[in-house]
Amino acid sequence: MDRIAQAFARCRSENRAAFVAYLCAGDPDLETSLEACRALLRNGVDVLELGVPFSDPLADGLTNQLAAQRALESGMTAAKVFQLVRTLRAEFPATPLVSYTYYNLVFSNGVDDYVRAAAEAGVDGLLTLDMPPEESDEVAAACSKHGVKTVFIVAPTTPESRLDAITAAATGFIYYVSREGVTGVRDAVAANIPEAMAAIKAHTKLPVVVGFGIGKREHVAEVAKHADGVVVGSALVNVIRDNLADRAKIGPAMAAKAADLTAGVKR
Amino acid sequence: MSDTSAAKTAAPTSLPDAKGRFGQFGGVYVPETLMTALAELGQAYEAAQKDPTFVEELRRELKEFAGRPTGLYHAARLTEHCGGAKIYLKREDLLHTGAHKINNAIGQAILARRMGKQRIIAETGAGQHGVATAAVCAKFGLKCVIYMGAVDMERQALNVFRMRLMGAEVRGVEAGQKTLKEAVNEAMRDWVTNVRDTHYILGSALGAHPYPMMVRDFHRVIGKEIREQIMTAEGRLPDEIIACVGGGSNAIGAFFEFLDEPSVRLIGVEAGGHGIKRGEHAARFEGGKLGVLQGSKTYILQDPDGQIELTHSVSAGLDYAAIGPEHAYYRDIGRVGYAYACDDEVLEAFQLLSRTEGIIPALESSHALVHGIKRAKEMRKDEILVINLSGRGDKDVQQVARMLGQRTS
Repeated sequence: MDRIAQAFARCRSENRAAFVAYLCAGDPDLETSLEACRALLRNGVDVLELGVPFSDPLADGLTNQLAAQRALESGMTAAKVFQLVRTLRAEFPATPLVSYTYYNLVFSNGVDDYVRAAAEAGVDGLLTLDMPPEESDEVAAACSKHGVKTVFIVAPTTPESRLDAITAAATGFIYYVSREGVTGVRDAVAANIPEAMAAIKAHTKLPVVVGFGIGKREHVAEVAKHADGVVVGSALVNVIRDNLADRAKIGPAMAAKAADLTAGVKR
Repeated sequence: MSDTSAAKTAAPTSLPDAKGRFGQFGGVYVPETLMTALAELGQAYEAAQKDPTFVEELRRELKEFAGRPTGLYHAARLTEHCGGAKIYLKREDLLHTGAHKINNAIGQAILARRMGKQRIIAETGAGQHGVATAAVCAKFGLKCVIYMGAVDMERQALNVFRMRLMGAEVRGVEAGQKTLKEAVNEAMRDWVTNVRDTHYILGSALGAHPYPMMVRDFHRVIGKEIREQIMTAEGRLPDEIIACVGGGSNAIGAFFEFLDEPSVRLIGVEAGGHGIKRGEHAARFEGGKLGVLQGSKTYILQDPDGQIELTHSVSAGLDYAAIGPEHAYYRDIGRVGYAYACDDEVLEAFQLLSRTEGIIPALESSHALVHGIKRAKEMRKDEILVINLSGRGDKDVQQVARMLGQRTS
């Protein structure tokens, strides 16, 4: 069993949802980013999504855009993202690391080379935000060849007629975006989650995680009742944003935030 | 390039294919949230094209609201100045709101109404597409939000005021280099968020399918009129047609009618900015690489990691890192040639046309003029050259005055 399947199986055996955390790799710099990731993984995070900073993150809200901008300004490159992954892989051998990225970064130097390099660094899964199943053949083939799982998104606007194609393309898990819009913390959790879970589950045995706008422990707990995993991103990125003046504080602050939020998936 | 020979021999009019591709270019690279909206848009567009009511409404609005047909003007003094080919200017600059952009804005607004969408969003670079969209929204009573880079808002302040006069909300975009690319990102974010009641009037032959096809189709009227008008005036087709290319909507509109006419050379002119150095230009065929940006696979100015490069052009409308996918295809199969013009030459051409013909061209269109003037000098006097004058330069006058002032001080 691959790391992604193992992590979800472990959570299931503990009768709880997985906690999926998102951070942008290299935000605000490589060293601090590594500390922030360690803090997450030592405080109850089951799956880590690492955003690869892109100059034009059109599916992301302001929080993640600024994170990507900070990372790029600090000198993050594709090579340094893989370096970060290698370090985390060595320190946390069982934790699934999912690359959260945009198509051009995967494509520009050859899809196969990119996926092979990602796999060698220790990436377990690939979520390409602007790649619907219709455009995924080349990436799917490379992922299959190099043992990287694919993650696809289902949106509230996705009609049932698309679910077969999406679930057929995914090999890792399904990411249900709980509301229309870009990434970012919202005040309340979307109400349609149980129905959406049921609809997706009718098409796949893969784990289904829910994200977008989840930023408080009670939101995590609410979503955890219905989903195999709960994704928290912007609320964690905000910890970095709020501590930029003293980067040494980011690690401890991230640890505290993770401990608080991951309590939401415990039963 | 992995073009299949089948795609190479396909008649241009059959493109894009069912997946929205022109050869290997184009496609639908967008977040899942937009997939259904794009599919619905494609279906609505297809149905509209077959509906005589839509076709007639579009024809009537293009005539009565936009002012079509536009003239094909023999530029006698410019011809004399160049001393070569007979130069005609296709006068898209005479359209309502000042540029060809209104052709597409009207078409998409009528379509949006048919789809029951009451809110319109658009991006704009030079402001011409924003002004055109604001005008059609005012006319049809639709709510209108325009995204514009903060840098562009400053260099095109007059157009910002125009949009606001017509009731549009103009939202400045502060991200990145604060120009057209960032405005498109922000418009797409808005669309992802408000997709159920909002139609995105994309302003160039860019983005995910069906936009490149739809925008092209709404501008094909340019080429159709050129054909009729040149046949009336000269009894034959032109030898060459030249148009500027940012995303490439005016160019594809002017060229499409002639793709199957091998005797007609077609040339697109990109923005050379300060010259072909990284970050100093927007000529995607000069150093751009195949990639995916904002929904479409095409040539893109990018760094070795795939990050999108900064661009520069004196004209906001051409200051963009990607070229429309259909242009990438015709360039690869050799049907359309591409050149570039640099800022200095553009300023010269801007002034030359003003002096010789009493026509102040947009800085974007002045790129086509630069190359047209070069080509006219190389061509024989019995040859015919058509330059698509895509927009008027009223919006650019203050900027040019400032630039000329700086030069002489």
